[in-house]
Amino acid sequence: MKYRFRDKAITGLAVVVPEHERLFADDMKLFNAPENRSRKLAMVMGYNAHRVVEKGVCASDLAEAGFRHLFDCGRIRPEEIDALIYVTLSPDHFMPPTSCILHGKLGLRRDCFCLDIAQGCCGFVVGLLQAFQLLEQDGVRKAVLVNADVLSRKVSPKDRNSYPLIGDAATIAIVENREGTGEIHADVRFDGTRAMALKVPAGGFRMPSSPETAVMKADSEGNERAPDNLVMDGTAVFNFVMADVPPMLADLVADAGVGFADIDKYYFHQPNRFMLQKLAEKLDVPYDKMPNNVVEHYGNSSGATIPSAMALNDADLLCSKVGKVCFSGFGVGLTYGGIVMNCGNFDFCETITYKGEN
Amino acid sequence: MKEQIIEILKEIRPEFEFDGVENFFDEGMLDSFDLMTLVASLDERFAVKIDGMDILPENFANVDAIEKLVKRSRAK
Repeated sequence: MKYRFRDKAITGLAVVVPEHERLFADDMKLFNAPENRSRKLAMVMGYNAHRVVEKGVCASDLAEAGFRHLFDCGRIRPEEIDALIYVTLSPDHFMPPTSCILHGKLGLRRDCFCLDIAQGCCGFVVGLLQAFQLLEQDGVRKAVLVNADVLSRKVSPKDRNSYPLIGDAATIAIVENREGTGEIHADVRFDGTRAMALKVPAGGFRMPSSPETAVMKADSEGNERAPDNLVMDGTAVFNFVMADVPPMLADLVADAGVGFADIDKYYFHQPNRFMLQKLAEKLDVPYDKMPNNVVEHYGNSSGATIPSAMALNDADLLCSKVGKVCFSGFGVGLTYGGIVMNCGNFDFCETITYKGEN
Repeated sequence: MKEQIIEILKEIRPEFEFDGVENFFDEGMLDSFDLMTLVASLDERFAVKIDGMDILPENFANVDAIEKLVKRSRAK
């Protein structure tokens, strides 16, 4: 469905990445593939280093550290936050919502609206859409969108399909009404018939975790994983992205009254370098307008990759200028969506390293 | 072109003989990861940009299929 808004803006952005870095050179020793073959794959996909949390660290720990930093620096005060949208696929618990846990830890106002959204790769787009909707209310002046995931805890280290690309991160985007920023066009679509293409089979009510669901088995390509682990049908997801995302984006930019060439920057979800380059070619967009280096530096952190791409590549630019950007996320659900809006003149755009404080 | 394609395939999986094989995937000679590496190598070696929509196993099942795809990609 298409959505339109006016005069709303991202006014600040913080990215929190864990200090612990794993190198692909070490990961590949765990895979059932010759080193040379893994190295070739790494060059194509952009595997290099990825940031993963230490044992026991939750996504909300990263988010809380980010908030503490922002409070300490005076970027935002707890009492200013009117809505907290927390997007994750790795909640602290089934109950309560993680947004409520953060609400308590951060000392937010009782009338601050808290909402958890279970979304992944498209979570920044879905969360931003929710923030815009809340900002239509007179009482909501500052909505804070958090995208946080620690899916490395759900990926088997012996899964060459997923482990080298996975990363953990939390991002905090401040979203406000801002006069004169112009029209915003959004489109979000779903195909639930292919929902199981990206899944963690066990651990929910359908298949509760048990000793049996922790047993690792090798697939036809030699990857070892258990039903407790994340599993991705890489070919199906790749084909979905190539077939379904470009027409959706073509509709979106047409609705926004622009062409692909009029967009200054494409901040897309970061599954791997290869997929993003193929997507750029499909849209006839130069590679340098669509950053693809988050997997290389931090890993794919699900809904946190779009803000990570912004802070990693254009922190200074986003604080000094305004440009027309296109956000797009695609994956888990299967969900795919995009937003075209003017973006920039941020009050801050920074990356913080989580060192285990709290 | 066939020789160059076989050369690229052998760079990825030097342990196999690719000439005359009907389906590399059925024979376990290539997997989905190799497919990505193969596309990147073909793009570079033949100065083409293989369309993302064409990255399907059937287009890389054997040397003839790959040759057809490269020619088609050149024509675009």
